[in-house]
Amino acid sequence: MSTGEQELGNSQAKVRPKRGVPEGLWKRCPGCEQTIFRKAVEDRMGVCPECDYHWYVSAGDRIKQLLDDGTFEEWDVNLTAGDPLEFNDKKPYSERVKSEQKRTGMKDAIITGHGMIRARRVAIGVTDSAFIMGSMGSVVGERLTRLIERATQQNLPLIIVSASGGGARMHEGILSLMQMAKVSAALARYDLAGGLYISVLTNPTMGGVAASFASLGDVIFAEPRALIGFAGPRTIQATIRIELPKGFQTSEFLLEHGFVDRIVRRHDLKSEIARTIDYCGK
Amino acid sequence: MPPTTHRLAFERPIYDLEERLAKLEAATPKTPAIDDEIHRLRREITDLRRKIFGNLEPWQTVQLARHPDRPMTTDYLALVFDEFYELHGDKSFGDDRAIRTGFAKLDQYKVMVVGHQKGKTLKERNACFFGCAHPEGYRKAISKMKMAAKYGVPVICFIDTPGAYPGISAEERGQAQWIANAMFEMSRLPTPIICIVIGEGGSGGALGIGVGDKVATLEHAYYSVISPEGCAGILWKSHTFAEQAAKALKMTGKDLLRLGVIDDVIEEPLGGAHRDHHSMAARMKMYLIRNLRELLSKPRESLTDSRYEKFRKMGVFFEDGVLHAPAGMT
Repeated sequence: MSTGEQELGNSQAKVRPKRGVPEGLWKRCPGCEQTIFRKAVEDRMGVCPECDYHWYVSAGDRIKQLLDDGTFEEWDVNLTAGDPLEFNDKKPYSERVKSEQKRTGMKDAIITGHGMIRARRVAIGVTDSAFIMGSMGSVVGERLTRLIERATQQNLPLIIVSASGGGARMHEGILSLMQMAKVSAALARYDLAGGLYISVLTNPTMGGVAASFASLGDVIFAEPRALIGFAGPRTIQATIRIELPKGFQTSEFLLEHGFVDRIVRRHDLKSEIARTIDYCGK
Repeated sequence: MPPTTHRLAFERPIYDLEERLAKLEAATPKTPAIDDEIHRLRREITDLRRKIFGNLEPWQTVQLARHPDRPMTTDYLALVFDEFYELHGDKSFGDDRAIRTGFAKLDQYKVMVVGHQKGKTLKERNACFFGCAHPEGYRKAISKMKMAAKYGVPVICFIDTPGAYPGISAEERGQAQWIANAMFEMSRLPTPIICIVIGEGGSGGALGIGVGDKVATLEHAYYSVISPEGCAGILWKSHTFAEQAAKALKMTGKDLLRLGVIDDVIEEPLGGAHRDHHSMAARMKMYLIRNLRELLSKPRESLTDSRYEKFRKMGVFFEDGVLHAPAGMT
């Protein structure tokens, strides 16, 4: 990589990295602050070749990474958000949803469906932090619930990959909160039926998503250095008014405190999921 | 009841009239003119209360829900139940004073009570973190509910929290994990569960003990995905817009009913529960007994099934352009 690029990058080191995939040939790594050839990152599933930083990946790319080629079939594609509160946050919620749909090409912050992982059929759901911060409103809650119910009926292992910084979606108010109970209740039934649920936590998994389905896995994996927690760091800071410890609310912090089973690098995710499924005889 | 110390701005005209009335009532000797005036004032006070409390703004409801004189879990324990036999242990870390759990007697019924407690004195408030529970509180709640289910004892939850505690210790001990576990277990608990939001229904911290067969709020309680201040901070970058946020979030009784997330709104005595604990307790007792009787008459299996269906239906979305919404909204 050229020194010129590096210097230019270093002067912008404090700039908050943009969500989503930036344009251009080069990418700035938030982990090591180096400027990396974009293609090198893409070839490595969005992982920095220098420092192993795990970038954002879209839900669609995640599914491509995890499932055997051409095996994915999407469920409940035609679910879209209502606007039960007629919520207006700088722009009306219904317009916000439309612009997010246009920007991301997704209907809402989730993709669900089924496919094969190394020839094992699974039910899979992936949230996407690019769509209103991956927050859970009625569509995410409903699609997850249907996914879990189908996994229960068809006796499929269940994989949910979380990338949700927004938690429960404020724009749908109390209905978003209730999705936490709805999805958790579906998981409780799946559990009674003997289902295997592998929850994969990625950067970021916060609030009402962390405090519902993301934490209810039989096995919980986390990608390295992801931000995972209940209350946002800023909320905590505002409440207790002391400096937060280094590494607070990271995957490593959760592993140390016993809330994550394994930290799994993106390259190993597929094989580790397959391995866990085999151990559980599913 | 001792006189209210914390007077909300919109209550002031009521207090003014009450003070005039008190002066007249203390007057001796009473002339027929004074008696007439007393009667007139009493009527006027009732009319004024009806007018003010019949047209509350959502933000005023939030203020009432947070009123320090509002009856708390311990008040209901004292006034509604014949006995409370507290059980403290979460069998893992510590006794969270923000959630009280224990057996209680309600007429002929034995029940398990689980309730948030905000605290009355500064000392108690600090011990309770102002009603913000830690993971051990939810762990204690689940373990007591499971025990209750084992012996066929119904569960009553009183919800009154600004939210689960946001702090380093809470994160270290798995706040997200234990709130999730609590909902997960409550959803399939084979015993009747009645949940009542008695004051603040703050987000995940509230829902953590909020998955029941009957969910009700008191007339001047709120239930929300985020505090109005938190919402205002995100939307308008300032907590001072909490009033607008309270309105936008549709967090009070009528809206909650319409959105299909609660079954009932329990009426408070005119002027608010904080002005009359005893009649509030009487209404609470009636509600609990009526619903316990109904729920206990149902077979256990159908109970968890219908609880599942109740939460299963929640949400508003379009499928192939067709609106899915609760009956109250369409």
